[in-house]
Amino acid sequence: MDRHIEAPLKKEDIESLHSGDYVYISGTIYVARDAAHKRMNDLLDKGESLPIELTDNIIYYMGPSPARAGRPIGSAGPTTASRMDKYAPRLLDLGLKGMIGKGKRSEAVHEAIKRNGCVYFAAVGGAGAILSKAITSSEVVAYEDLGAEAIRKLEIKDFPCIVIIDKDGNDLYETAIEEYRQE
Amino acid sequence: MREIESIKITEAIRDMCIEANHYLTEDMKKALNDATESEKSPLGRQVLCQLEENLKIAGEDMIPICQDTGMAVIFAEVGQDVHIDGSLTDAINEGVRLGYTEGYLRKSVVRDPLDRVNTGDNTPAVIHYDIVPGDRLRLTLAPKGFGSENMSRVFMLKPADGEEGVKNAILTAVKDAGPNACPPMVVGVGIGGTFEKCALLAKKALTRPLNVPADTEWARAMEEELLERINKSGIGPGGLGGTTTALAVNIETYPTHIAGLPVAVNICCHVNRHSVREL
Repeated sequence: MDRHIEAPLKKEDIESLHSGDYVYISGTIYVARDAAHKRMNDLLDKGESLPIELTDNIIYYMGPSPARAGRPIGSAGPTTASRMDKYAPRLLDLGLKGMIGKGKRSEAVHEAIKRNGCVYFAAVGGAGAILSKAITSSEVVAYEDLGAEAIRKLEIKDFPCIVIIDKDGNDLYETAIEEYRQE
Repeated sequence: MREIESIKITEAIRDMCIEANHYLTEDMKKALNDATESEKSPLGRQVLCQLEENLKIAGEDMIPICQDTGMAVIFAEVGQDVHIDGSLTDAINEGVRLGYTEGYLRKSVVRDPLDRVNTGDNTPAVIHYDIVPGDRLRLTLAPKGFGSENMSRVFMLKPADGEEGVKNAILTAVKDAGPNACPPMVVGVGIGGTFEKCALLAKKALTRPLNVPADTEWARAMEEELLERINKSGIGPGGLGGTTTALAVNIETYPTHIAGLPVAVNICCHVNRHSVREL
C-alpha cells in the first residue's frame, strides 16, 4: 500500500505503518552517518547535549556528493545502515523515531525499535540521482569539517521509502526473501 | 620507444572519473533492462524501474548515479616500449584529484584507516600496474563503492574442498551480502593464485563485460550455474525479495599452489562502473 506521511513522525502514523508499506515522506529530516554518529556518541558519553533535536525525528544515513550550482544537493542515496548499529539503540532510547538507510540491522536495533515504537525505512540503494529530486533544501547544521559526513537538515517532498522494520519488529528483509526463495 | 605526455594521462583519468560516475557501459544497461523485463516480484520491478530512471537522470542532469562515487581503482597496462615524462603514479592521482573536484564527485578517501581525516580530493587512487608488450598505455578506471566492497570476502579453501567448496564459498558471500550490497549485484570471482592474487582477479573480473564469458570451460559453466542459483536465493532487487539478485557472475582463474585453493569474491552493486581508454 502506498502512503504519504510527514516528518517529524507522528505516533499514529508509526502505529499504522507495516513492514512492506511503500511510503512517501515529506517534511524535515536530519542526515548523519558514521563520523557524525561517533561524535554524537562521544558527546553523550561526556553528558553533553547533541547538536540536533532527536524527539520524533528521522535520521537519514547518507553522505551526498557535492551540489552543482543552483541545486540543493548532489546525488543523495542511502548508505549501509548496519555501520550505525553500534550507536542507533542509544539514539532511539533518547527519542529518535525513524531511520532511513539500506541493509540489515542488528538484533539490538530490532529490540530498540520495538522498545521505543520506532520504524526503519529503506530507500533504494544506488538510486542517488533520482532520490536527490525529492530533496528541496539542504543545510549543514553541525560538524561542517566532516565534509560529506556533516550533519544536515533536509526538507524533503514525497521522498520514496519502504518500511523494512515496523514498530512490532517485523522485518521485510526476512519475510520478502522467503516468498521468492526457490532452493 | 613511444613518448606519452603525463598531462594526457591526467586529462584522460579526470574525464574517466566523471564519465564512469554518470554513465554505465552498454552491457550493464542491457543487463538492468533485461532484469526489469524478467523480474517476477512487483516490488522488485518497481525498484528496477527506479534504477533505470535513476540512470537516465544521472546522465541527463549530471548527477552521479550513486552518491558513493567510490575509491578510484585503476588498472594500468603499461607497454614496455612506452616512456612517460614524469611520474605515472602522480599523473594518475592528479587526474583523480581533478575528476573528483571538477566533476562534483564525493570525496570518500581518508588519509589513515584509524585517524580517518578526509584527504579532501579522493586521492590516492588504488593503482595496479601491469607491464605488457607494445607501445600503448591502457587505463581501466573502476570507482568502487564501499557498500558492496565491505561485503567482499577471501576464502583460503583446501584442495579437497574442490568445485563444491568453491561454489559454496561464492554463494555464502552473496547470501551474507544480501540487501547491504545493493542488489542486483555483479559478482566478481578470483579462483587460484595466492591470497592477494585471487583478490586482484576478483576485482579485475568486475571490469570484464557481462556478455563475455570466462576463458576456461569449467569457469563458464560455473558462472552460468551460480547466476541461476543466486537468482533463486529470493534476495531480489534492493533485497526486497525477487528473482533478480545478480546480473552476472564473472570468474577469473590462475594457477595455484599444490596445497591451496584460494577464492575471492568481490561483490559490486548494480552501479558496476568502469571506463577504459588507450593512449
